[in-house]
Amino acid sequence: MSFKIAPSPHGHNQRTTSEMMRWVCYALVPGVLLQSYFFGPGVWFQITLAVATAVLAEMACTVARERPAFSALRDNTAIVTAILLAISIPSLAPWWVIVIGTLFAIVVVKHVYGGMGQNLFNPAMAGYVLLLISFPVQMTNWLPASTISEHSLTLWQTLHTILFEYTPAGYSVEQLRAGIDGVTMATPLDTIKTELTRGYTLTEIYQGPEFSYFAGAGWQWINLGFLVGGLLLIQQRIISWHIPLGFLAGLCLPAFIAHIFAPDLMPGPIVHALSGATMLGAFFIATDPVSAATSNRGRVIFALLIGFIVFVIRSWGGYPDAVAFAVLLANMCVPLIDRYTRPVVYGHGD
Amino acid sequence: MNEYKNLTKQGLWENNPALVQLLGLCPLLAVTASVTNAMGLGLATLFVLVGSNITVSLVREFIPSEIRIPVFVMVIATFVTIIQLLMNAYVFQLYQSLGIFIPLIVTNCAIIGRAEAYASKNPWQRAAFDGLAMGVGFALVLIVLGAMREIIGNGTLFDGAELLLGEWAAQLRIELFTVNYPLLLAILPPGAFIGMGFIIALKNKIDAVRSARAEKKTVTRARVTA
Repeated sequence: MSFKIAPSPHGHNQRTTSEMMRWVCYALVPGVLLQSYFFGPGVWFQITLAVATAVLAEMACTVARERPAFSALRDNTAIVTAILLAISIPSLAPWWVIVIGTLFAIVVVKHVYGGMGQNLFNPAMAGYVLLLISFPVQMTNWLPASTISEHSLTLWQTLHTILFEYTPAGYSVEQLRAGIDGVTMATPLDTIKTELTRGYTLTEIYQGPEFSYFAGAGWQWINLGFLVGGLLLIQQRIISWHIPLGFLAGLCLPAFIAHIFAPDLMPGPIVHALSGATMLGAFFIATDPVSAATSNRGRVIFALLIGFIVFVIRSWGGYPDAVAFAVLLANMCVPLIDRYTRPVVYGHGD
Repeated sequence: MNEYKNLTKQGLWENNPALVQLLGLCPLLAVTASVTNAMGLGLATLFVLVGSNITVSLVREFIPSEIRIPVFVMVIATFVTIIQLLMNAYVFQLYQSLGIFIPLIVTNCAIIGRAEAYASKNPWQRAAFDGLAMGVGFALVLIVLGAMREIIGNGTLFDGAELLLGEWAAQLRIELFTVNYPLLLAILPPGAFIGMGFIIALKNKIDAVRSARAEKKTVTRARVTA
């Protein structure tokens, strides 16, 4: 006889964890397809590497914890963690980056804390922060989107770069990032941050090649792809609307107010919503049922907090994007949030 | 003699100030980025601990118990000042790399903890030995954590040992592997917390295994025939 553990808050929803996690994978498809269109096929290699590492690490951990080797794999959570981490890192990052990150996420953040359902922190984001702090160069080497890039890599060239850090012709990722004028192009959020410190206004910055219709070239479509996938998850009742909406409100309301007061210094809500990891974070990362708050009211507070921290760090912090830091910081607040948002038992409240 | 054996066991393992009492974590976590730093601070703490334990034990009859804590702190501060001036004079570069954490030894709770809990109640020979055992236990944890972080974060061992031990120690430096991109997290403060967690977990695991073994030994065969 086996006990089936439904995901937190352990309500009855007639779905097993593995089925839910499979749906999450399906919902990621539109975003990942767009990402591989704009940033090359590297993301597929990263996902493959991450999933392989995660499966092996999960098996090793379950064996070390004296459980059957395949028991933990059946719930698919390790695979979702691996995929989320793989699409968060630059697609041409060296192979060992994703391997180290996935190992840390599965072994330390998940199994040391007791395995599925026990982890305090979102494993994918903890792995991401480990990588960002340890390898800042590799983790910020985002290529410019293919529509504005001077270079496009074939499948073989991409694989070669991931394995050996150089293309077969000997270009480093740093050189691939250069535009036609030889100037290295950064991600849109990074561009906004550095150009603002150099005294440019947003109106001038938006004229740059990194930007098109709403926000950063390429990035806006990827974000919309993840939005579509996220709406699918809500429609399938895999996630509730509280966390995505709270996240976007916590990010966009302050951004809107700041934008009204300083239109040339603070990016507007649409730029924030369609830049960086906003949509991925709102629909796929913050909604992790284990490390998020439990009650619906708690989830709204949790998500508002994440959105607001993202806004603060993007506006005044040292990093261009902040979803990972915001999620980890909010994870730390979850026990407190859960304590003060405990639902009143029917008939016992005042 | 049995008392000394017990003190050694307490200081090094069962009541280790870093692993069990979790005292003095601030310097422990802050300076263990390399073995050399860890060793430097470990030796300094050891010296202060032995010195303050002996002094406190010698004057314990004369101190009114109402003001014993300020007196202990002043005794400790005296020894810390001595070690600080000595390090400033003889191992200046190490003194600079340890920085504020040398004067902060005054606030290391492990030291005042021993003064209050042991030295103020026992004769000076025992107090000195207690300081030695506790200090060595603390220093060993520092060195293990420092080695772990230096290997993971830098791929070396005893890097810069000549700052502490003199010129000959430059040969101690072992390069285990070369890394183009060090795992900075191990060198940064979070690495210290994570590494410390693993060392404590390892200690608890060893204890659990040992107590399980001890239990097995005591099982005696039940008599089935009368």
